[in-house]
Amino acid sequence: MDVFVSYTIYGLFFGAAYAIAASGLVLTYTTTRVFNLAHGATSMVAAFVFWQLHVDKGMPTWAAILLVLFVFAPLYGIVLERLVMRRVSDAPVGVMLVMTLGLFLFLIGIAQQIWPSNTSKYRYVTQFFGTKSFPVFGVQMYYHYLITIIAAAACAAGLYVMLNRTRIGTAMRAAVDNRELLQLFGANSNRVSILSWIIGSQMAAVAGILLVAKTGLDYYQLTFLVINAFAAAMLGRLRSLPFTYLGSILLGLAIGYSQYVHGSELLENGLQFALPTLMLFLILIFVPEVRLRVGQVKGVLAANVPSARRALTTGVVFFFLALFVTELLNPTNTLRFGEALVFGITMLSLVLLTGYGGYVSLSQLTFVGVGAAVVCKFNTSSPVAILVAVLITAGVGAAVALPVLRLTGLYLALATMAFGQLMDYLVFNASFMFGFGGKINAKRVSLFGYDFSDTTSYVALELAVFVLLGLGLLTIRRGAVGRLLIALRDSPAACATLGLNQRWFRVAVFSVSAGVAGLAGALMAGLQGYAAPGDYKEFQSLPLLLAAAVAGITTVSGAFAGGLLLMLLPVLAATSTALSGLEFLVLGGGAILLARDPNGLVNLFYRGMRAVVPRMPVPGWVTQRAASAPKPAEVDGEEDEDLDEIPEAQVAGHGVA
Amino acid sequence: MTQVEHDHNHNHAAPRSAPPILELINVHAAYGRIEVLRGVDLTVPRGAVLALLGANGAGKTTLLRVISGLMEPTEGDIHLGGMHVSGASPDALTRAGVTMVPEGRGVFPNLTVEENLWLGSYSGRHVDKILTEAYHRFPRLKERRRQLAGSLSGGEQQMLSLARALAADPALLLLDELSMGLAPLIVESLYDRVAEIAEQGVSILVVEQFASSALRVADYAAVMHGGRVVATGEPDEIESVLTELYFGGTA
Repeated sequence: MDVFVSYTIYGLFFGAAYAIAASGLVLTYTTTRVFNLAHGATSMVAAFVFWQLHVDKGMPTWAAILLVLFVFAPLYGIVLERLVMRRVSDAPVGVMLVMTLGLFLFLIGIAQQIWPSNTSKYRYVTQFFGTKSFPVFGVQMYYHYLITIIAAAACAAGLYVMLNRTRIGTAMRAAVDNRELLQLFGANSNRVSILSWIIGSQMAAVAGILLVAKTGLDYYQLTFLVINAFAAAMLGRLRSLPFTYLGSILLGLAIGYSQYVHGSELLENGLQFALPTLMLFLILIFVPEVRLRVGQVKGVLAANVPSARRALTTGVVFFFLALFVTELLNPTNTLRFGEALVFGITMLSLVLLTGYGGYVSLSQLTFVGVGAAVVCKFNTSSPVAILVAVLITAGVGAAVALPVLRLTGLYLALATMAFGQLMDYLVFNASFMFGFGGKINAKRVSLFGYDFSDTTSYVALELAVFVLLGLGLLTIRRGAVGRLLIALRDSPAACATLGLNQRWFRVAVFSVSAGVAGLAGALMAGLQGYAAPGDYKEFQSLPLLLAAAVAGITTVSGAFAGGLLLMLLPVLAATSTALSGLEFLVLGGGAILLARDPNGLVNLFYRGMRAVVPRMPVPGWVTQRAASAPKPAEVDGEEDEDLDEIPEAQVAGHGVA
Repeated sequence: MTQVEHDHNHNHAAPRSAPPILELINVHAAYGRIEVLRGVDLTVPRGAVLALLGANGAGKTTLLRVISGLMEPTEGDIHLGGMHVSGASPDALTRAGVTMVPEGRGVFPNLTVEENLWLGSYSGRHVDKILTEAYHRFPRLKERRRQLAGSLSGGEQQMLSLARALAADPALLLLDELSMGLAPLIVESLYDRVAEIAEQGVSILVVEQFASSALRVADYAAVMHGGRVVATGEPDEIESVLTELYFGGTA
């Protein structure tokens, strides 16, 4: 009995801390319509700042808390609103997710830069009042736990009063519906959303400070622990604060009791960590269908699609040029280039899904892992293994998309995230897959009697696959399916009125995209000669998505550049300790800056090049063109160059009006 | 183009020397590179009701957006009671006495009637005063004060929108397509209220695509076509211009 009570208290502590984190998330979402993936990262940074003030500088606890909550968090909230969130609030959901994900990685990068992990100093924060406790139902309750539960109750009361009983709170609820109208009422709507972000950041900071004693001061632990709060927030469908609290308490208790049951070895080790994710996934399945919002056209700048002839020519030229470069590389760099190509192929799957379709997958690398695992299990050099890997991955992709296919982009993205984490915890480490920390060997494929055992020749194979996939993708984009994808992205409601069954179309697209990722995985296993779960962790999908977004997620050339970027950044960062966090800083910062223009760096590069060489023929030639601008007549051969300069048109909801 | 002269018979006309409540000089505005306003000149005398008419796409709504500060003019000057206000933010303009009832329904559907009116107090007036006044003018709103604005009928929403706009005690009221999506009888009763409001000395610029109800309450009328004001005058003079514009002939 005592044990049961003590796990209940333990669970209530976590539930209370999650409730604080989750309600901050719900507050900012309901008042600004931005789902902040970086909410947990905010908690993490706040915890580091708290450590710096309290432990490192020796400030009294109360002073450090006051400084974090009333100086750091408000400043952070203001900067966040001005530099990031103001540009996100009216963006399509895909852009919003990429930008807040960029912030997420950027914050981890900053923390790694400011508080590098390779110092001899071990950082920790202890509970408030140490191990002081008082008896409750025969067990001891830490003061720290009591404080957390009181803080959660105070936050609930404070939020309720603010949102329902104050004018500014009412204005915050109003701002969601119509910011312009709020201004016509005479309120400064920027000030209203700044306040939302300040309060949201404060709540993230409170959660971070309360949890850090349990999780330890770690870049990832705390960030992901607060992501668990997503599950709780989802129970309230990101709207209802009471349900968010309920969800948090349930989640906390589930975590507490899972440890209790764990003692009797009823549960496998991974499940306890996977609980919140499992809950998120289950809730997502049962979220009722969201009604399509009519009259919302959220155009993004679309890349120009090269004609078939030009794509073919540049593809062939690219193939031989890249092959020539590969011949010059030393063995290490050849392997790295091969890796970059695998990333590039994975990014091609994102071009289809995110670039064309506007959906965001936060677990693309997990699909790569599935492909790799299947090929390893076959352990044969027959190309059939690759084919089966692609089919299985496509099936898994469909299975992930199916339960949430009624829902919109945000929920789909969260479902992929949950899926990736579940695979991390429950599948990849299981004995029927890689085994814990395991590694299984793979044979390279052989085609028509040629075995590609020489890495350079294997890279040539990858190049061929990349070019063929790229050409295939562009063919899809030029055809009816491509037009449907763009149309569905820009106005789901309008497509519904055309009679398109969006659910199955979406599942099909998701499945094809997963299949391509599976192919990348199959090639990766062959390249390395083995596969290990560490290479395909859910978290690694995030830099992958961002690298694609930064390089240009709408074009084939962007996918190639993104693959190179993702391979090069860790290599660069490893050269010096001063560059720690470089990968996340570059990708995160880049995503924040560039996500509004999903055509990314390659677009800037080509535009810059065109200033030098006016009519330079380049692969995947991209130009800025508004989605709503009239499309040139599709004719064989060259497109009219003059159309490249159509200015960005004003699309309702695009935030430029 | 003839400037509208002050109407000395108007009950609440200001002294001759006072500048007009609104004066637009050569106002241009564009969405991207598409120019929608191409040099608008327009004057609304103090205390007058001016009906701004014109076909779809003439630039009427854009003009209201520019006057209310939701859009910045690319060129030209806007004077409000003699003060130069081009480029001021919409919330500042609201507090300075220009309020707009936007196209569609200018209410927050997920807030109650009372909360909507409460937010009207951002204009600087006390909320009790706003509520008393609004419920006096529109008793129906009092009955529904705890209801979500989104659950009101179209006419009631438009009442709420008007009541909120008047909460700011405006010097100039901008009304955009009050009739949109409403039954003719309701439109007539709304325009009766507009006439009452005008009686109290509020200057009103009313945009309508369907001219008759607006012209009924207007002291003056102006016609927009192709991003310019092409005619101004008394309501009955304007009606003939409109006929010509809508049914053939060139302006």
